[in-house]
Amino acid sequence: MSQIAHVGAPPEVPLRALDQLWFQVSGTVCNLRCRHCFISCSPVNHSFWFLTRDEVATALEDSIRLGVKEYYFTGGEPFMNRDMIDILEDTLAIGPATVLTNATLLPERTVSALAELAAGSPYTLELRVSVDGVNAQMNDSIRGEGTFDRALGAIGRLAAAGFLPIITAMQSWKDHETDPILDDFRALLRTVGYERARLKILPPLRIGAEAERSRGYNATERVTSEMMLEYPADLLLCSSARLVTNAGVWVCPILLDYPSGRLGDTLDEAVAAPARLSEQACHTCWVNGAICSNMPGFGAEWS
Amino acid sequence: MTSSMPHYNRIAVFGGIYSNHLALAAAIEDARSRGVDGIMCLGDLGAFGPNPDKVFPLLRANDVSVVKGNYDDSVAKALDDCQCGYTDPRDNHFARLSYQYTLSRTALENRTWMGDLPEALRFRLGDLEALACHGSPRRMNEFLWESSTPTHFLDKLATDVEADVVLGTHTGLHWWRQWGDAKSFVNVGVLGRPANDGRTNVWYALIEAEGRRLAVDFIPVHYDHEALANEMRDEELPEQFVETILTGWWTTCLEILPGKERAVGRF
Repeated sequence: MSQIAHVGAPPEVPLRALDQLWFQVSGTVCNLRCRHCFISCSPVNHSFWFLTRDEVATALEDSIRLGVKEYYFTGGEPFMNRDMIDILEDTLAIGPATVLTNATLLPERTVSALAELAAGSPYTLELRVSVDGVNAQMNDSIRGEGTFDRALGAIGRLAAAGFLPIITAMQSWKDHETDPILDDFRALLRTVGYERARLKILPPLRIGAEAERSRGYNATERVTSEMMLEYPADLLLCSSARLVTNAGVWVCPILLDYPSGRLGDTLDEAVAAPARLSEQACHTCWVNGAICSNMPGFGAEWS
Repeated sequence: MTSSMPHYNRIAVFGGIYSNHLALAAAIEDARSRGVDGIMCLGDLGAFGPNPDKVFPLLRANDVSVVKGNYDDSVAKALDDCQCGYTDPRDNHFARLSYQYTLSRTALENRTWMGDLPEALRFRLGDLEALACHGSPRRMNEFLWESSTPTHFLDKLATDVEADVVLGTHTGLHWWRQWGDAKSFVNVGVLGRPANDGRTNVWYALIEAEGRRLAVDFIPVHYDHEALANEMRDEELPEQFVETILTGWWTTCLEILPGKERAVGRF
């Protein structure tokens, strides 16, 4: 069991090891205005700005010393960053990379460039594509008109290029509907030539735009010190990850809008600082584990 | 510190037997014929295959040094699951079938024996310090895939445990990498099921050290896989498992694979 510091409320989680390094590579700038976005990204949200190739390269250098295992790129829409292909080339030279994308900016030439990068690296390049419904009506009501067709087109191009993108959907349906919806997703993806679909369902994060779309957190949805007493903290992303932005280093990609999420100016400062589970969104991770990772946390003891 | 450690120059190391006693017997015989001075198994003795108790006499009779795997830990403690961490409902379904079968068919004596296994072995390979574990030195159920494991991360793992060579298994796919001043990681592969490559043989690692120079050969083990398939059917194990044994392609537990490894498989 991990060591949890109890300094009154909120509970703190120390960083066990920096396994995942995340980059807010396009800041909060996105070509879409999804109604469930927990950090309300949009074309005009300039709260966080693009990371440059040099800024990423500096963090990558630090990451070698820190023994990072995986690299993740998120936004906003990462492919709005004009250096994204170069950034991925730098990353794939030293480790595996995952890009969280809405797939609306993946024309054939970009997919070809990605395929070339993937083929030239010993490390895996994962594309996590957000699709929030099994038909245009379901998806576009959340992500915006026309996004369903554009994303599906890109998924088809990615599949044809040899990728097995991880299709990510926020659960906007009832639990008992999940199995048939997963089947519908698989059938849908086969229509664009993606036969071996990898699917990832995420719980809603009731902050940002999503708090307006559905509901915010209830008063009881908060992590207390008592809730952490028997809890395996390495289920939580904040026990093994940090997020590099253009304005400092944050604890995780979810708490970008919260000053409490900022852990330092530099990666070394943020690595030394514990995570504080002070925000209600932390409750969603407490319930579901490291939802942002490609694979969930395990909760086993580290020897 | 090192004087009391076991010392080897040429060892055979395998992982993930998954109750495949026929492949285990074949691998031991092959290793003996190559003049090894030690044989190690990095855990996960049960799962997937038939009649788990058949594995234990072979390990004991051949003086195989065994490390505890997550499956062994679960079966020894009669935990609720195998600690593989699947989230996909289909993977969980098959993992549950496999685990419940193995747990119910493993004798208490063997469960107790597994519970007493060490989580790591330290020894000398030539002039190198080696550590053998199941997943990673820091976590028994950590997956170290070739395409998702950076060299600097391996270096940190090895440095943290003060080893030149780290041996692990857990993923089911064999690979190895060398870096720096004679540092190495070897995923020794598994005997329990093929390596998702359309071939029915399984693999173990033959590791030889001369001074600080390490050589690793992955040895294909051909065994009577049709006999194993028949035994699995007799035990009413899922036909999807049998298919893997007969075709060399993984049909279950695929969600854990990184994209690069999964793309070269069939499913």
